[in-house]
Amino acid sequence: MSQLRTPLKKALGLGSAKHGVQHFITQRVTAVALLLLAGWFLWTVLSVLHLDYAGARALVAQPLNAVLMLAFVVAVFWHAQLGLQVVIEDYVHTHGLQIVLQIAVKFLCFLGAAASVLAVIRIALQG
Amino acid sequence: MAEFTLPKNSKIKAGKHFPAPAGASNVRTFRIYRWSPDDGANPRVDTYDVDLSTCGPMVLDALIKIKNEIDPTVTFRRSCREGICGSCAMNIDGTNTLACTKAIADCPSGDVKIYPLPHMPVVKDLVPDLTQFYAQYASIKPWIRTQTPPPPDKERLQSKEDRAKLDGLYECILCACCTTSCPSYWWNSDRYLGPAVLLQAYRWIVDSRDEDTGARLDELEDPFKLYRCHTIMNCARTCPKGLNPAKAIAEIKKLIVERTT
Repeated sequence: MSQLRTPLKKALGLGSAKHGVQHFITQRVTAVALLLLAGWFLWTVLSVLHLDYAGARALVAQPLNAVLMLAFVVAVFWHAQLGLQVVIEDYVHTHGLQIVLQIAVKFLCFLGAAASVLAVIRIALQG
Repeated sequence: MAEFTLPKNSKIKAGKHFPAPAGASNVRTFRIYRWSPDDGANPRVDTYDVDLSTCGPMVLDALIKIKNEIDPTVTFRRSCREGICGSCAMNIDGTNTLACTKAIADCPSGDVKIYPLPHMPVVKDLVPDLTQFYAQYASIKPWIRTQTPPPPDKERLQSKEDRAKLDGLYECILCACCTTSCPSYWWNSDRYLGPAVLLQAYRWIVDSRDEDTGARLDELEDPFKLYRCHTIMNCARTCPKGLNPAKAIAEIKKLIVERTT
């Protein structure tokens, strides 16, 4: 039956979603944030290497470090979710599998972000 | 899932060899992809030894010589033989280009390998089925769209500066070299418009005489139609006219951001 449909009908498909720019902007804004935060994060990781457990906790508990760490983990998981969403859209064309993977990625990224945020807050509040 | 290997009936087998006539002095070997819908056989690569001393300088000249003198069954599209019709777009030595503007001497030494444009259905030999490509071009309504009627006594005028904005866009001949070189188009050609069609869309978006810019951007703002472009840049690298479709796509993305923020 598909030969009875015109090529234009197929090319037009379901039409334009009229969205996508927000994804585009968010991906770039989180990328810029990560670019800036990555330098600080690298410095923190290198500093922590020289410290014992209590010292490492104390470093992360400093208000500035705690805030930047929160920003970093949120940006990482946000950006990762956006990127993985695109990868799945690109390569996974089995309808059901695509939906399962998209939801799984969103859940895992949210859980990762929530766990990281909780960890930073606990360290920051307990000193 | 995306397919990374060819299906069984598409695997390429070794083909026939057509040696050069005795006494040929300047011989170059052409390896040409062959497939016919009529015999049910797998695709094969036939090898033709061509005497370049009696052949024109371009790859298309060699193809025409092969078809005229060696093997009349070789099938390919060609028309203008001067890079303006886009008919002879094919994959030569791993790069999509026009056979008529690609000099044999510019092909790296060794055999010249000629395949149809990648990842399109093959009609026969070097002839790809471009139905979807043309339908996607039609889908962007590639003509001037206005509400203001034209002035009764003259053309719709355009400043020199605004006309200059069409340079690098109007030269596109829709040969499909860029679109079929794009991995995003390979995996999602059913929904992604591809570089050539998006360049053409931008050609009308940036045209100062067109009054439907907003609607054109609306139609393109789509995760698949537009945003499958991941700036891989194969399009700009392969364009036989030296155009930059990736830049046109980036300009569309910038305009959509501009009207959002």
